[in-house]
Amino acid sequence: MAGLMELCNLWKSFGEVNALQNVNLTISHGKITTLLGPSGSGKTTILRIIAGLDTPTRGTLFYGNTQIAANDQITLREKATLVFQKSVFFDTTVYNNIAYGLKLNNELSKEEINNKVSESLTLVCLEGFEKRRAKKLSGGEQQRVSLARALALDRELLLLDEPTVNLDPKNVSIIEETIQRINREKKTTIVLATHNMFQAEAISEKIALLIDGTVKQVGTNQDIFGKSNKYLTSFARLENVFSGTAKNTKEGTSIIDVNQHLQIEASVSSPGKVTVHVRPEDILVSNNPLKSSARNVFKGTIVGIADLGSIAKLTVDAGKKFSVQITKKSLSEMKLNVGSEVYLTFKASAVQLI
Amino acid sequence: MTAIVEGIIKAFQLIFSIDPELYRITGLSLYVSGLAVVMASLWSIPMATVLGLKNFRGKRFIRGSFNAFIGFPTVVLGLVLYLLFSRSGPLGLFGLLYTPLLISIGQAILITPILVSFIISAIEAIDMDIRDLARTLGSTEIQASLSILREASGGVILAILAGFNRAFAELGVAMMVGGNIYNQTRMLTTTIALETSRGKIPLSIALGVILVSIVYILNISISYLRKR
Ligand SMILES: Nc1ncnc2c1ncn2[C@@H]1O[C@H](COP(=O)(O)OP(=O)(O)OP(=O)(O)O)[C@@H](O)[C@H]1O
Ligand SMILES: [Mg+2]
Repeated sequence: MAGLMELCNLWKSFGEVNALQNVNLTISHGKITTLLGPSGSGKTTILRIIAGLDTPTRGTLFYGNTQIAANDQITLREKATLVFQKSVFFDTTVYNNIAYGLKLNNELSKEEINNKVSESLTLVCLEGFEKRRAKKLSGGEQQRVSLARALALDRELLLLDEPTVNLDPKNVSIIEETIQRINREKKTTIVLATHNMFQAEAISEKIALLIDGTVKQVGTNQDIFGKSNKYLTSFARLENVFSGTAKNTKEGTSIIDVNQHLQIEASVSSPGKVTVHVRPEDILVSNNPLKSSARNVFKGTIVGIADLGSIAKLTVDAGKKFSVQITKKSLSEMKLNVGSEVYLTFKASAVQLI
Repeated sequence: MTAIVEGIIKAFQLIFSIDPELYRITGLSLYVSGLAVVMASLWSIPMATVLGLKNFRGKRFIRGSFNAFIGFPTVVLGLVLYLLFSRSGPLGLFGLLYTPLLISIGQAILITPILVSFIISAIEAIDMDIRDLARTLGSTEIQASLSILREASGGVILAILAGFNRAFAELGVAMMVGGNIYNQTRMLTTTIALETSRGKIPLSIALGVILVSIVYILNISISYLRKR
């Protein structure tokens, strides 16, 4: 399969921050390519460059066999369209939002536009939503309208930035099915950013593993998920992955400065810039600080609770977002809810270097 | 006291008898300020769009200046225009002094800072992700800017109403460059000033009632729009 697009040695810096560091990636024609990586790894940055909304600090892009000139965002914008991570709408009806891009194309008659709008709404199971106000829709509906708006344009390349994040299972499956369907039926090339390993595995044929602005590995599902993988095991569900600068302590452990509110102690010593991972099951949750020898105790606030059957998954903000698991029973015994304050405790030895 | 009551009664008689002069004056005022708003919008909207969307050195200074000129004294502006457009002035050859057109031009200049400042604020209140949205849906840069302006249209209308309000109620420019000539440049504000000093109280009161009513209705609509 030929590459529809080629990213060569891309660098992107925002002031001091190097969001991308020498990214090389081929986007295969007609395939779904997933950018899989934790928060802050540079997924959005790559998509915005491909979409022609941002320029790389260094590096080159090829579309087919032609090199895209550094100041030529227009070509990319004609080929690709991006569905943003956070829904954005013109403050008007769903119809006007979807028709916006179609109206820019003078060759389409009013009737053709109407048809395309209703077809794309049907694809995302929102037929008849034309007259609704876009900003008044639910989160899931908004994300689906955003997808419909991009689909209506029928671009060669469809870019999706975390299209299902924070959605309930019903909305997730509608979106995932639509993505796969148009890839199958219209042969649209798709690049999807996600931090959800299961989603990457379920819907894509090619995965680029992105960590700290670098593509660590590219391969098929088999390559990435088939065998035990150094990078993947390290961020099992791409949760609890933290980067920072490590300093050695006198006791032979190290303190990793993740940000000004969060310092993690690890039993390994590896000074300099490191990325570490803590398995959710290694973190204890309690209402009060525990008396233990564990070196890492953080106070945080529950910002999300997800139901996983007999266990519940909590997202706790303690300077950074942690994922932790507790049984449903303890969840109710501890009277925990979104907004509750909890303590997270884990040993220095639970901190694994990636 | 009786003079005032008498004045008020006569004023309402004038209003309801459809006195031709009264309506000519009102009409001219509306026309002159309306034209001023159209002119000011023609240059203020593009200027504010650029200032609201582009970042460049000196932008803060320009913004600050427009803000500061919102309260510019109308008589001083009238004086400057008078000096420029009087027979011997540098722009005297146009022969615009004492014409309604020059009053409109003066009022347009007067309200430009209001329009520009208010429209910039309206644009800056719009989520800039809208711009990227327009771009990724295929807009050119100009189309993207127009889309942002459309999103800000409520604030733009508010700015235009506020500008009209200021132009319609001002006296200085109209007096200095209009000259309050009977049947030619007589406006609501200038006539009130003149007729009062000449003792024609009922006409002044009638004109005052009309002026205040129009301004009142305008401001009610502004505050109604603000709430939305
Ligand atoms: N406009 C910007 N200005 C400054 N820093 C930025 C900007 N955009 C991105 N960054 C930084 O670049 C890095 C990569 O960001 P990016 O948004 O691409 O990550 P991401 O993988 O999309 O993360 P997430 O899953 O949280 O959306 C981050 O450290 C981020 O803080
Ligand atoms: Mg992102």
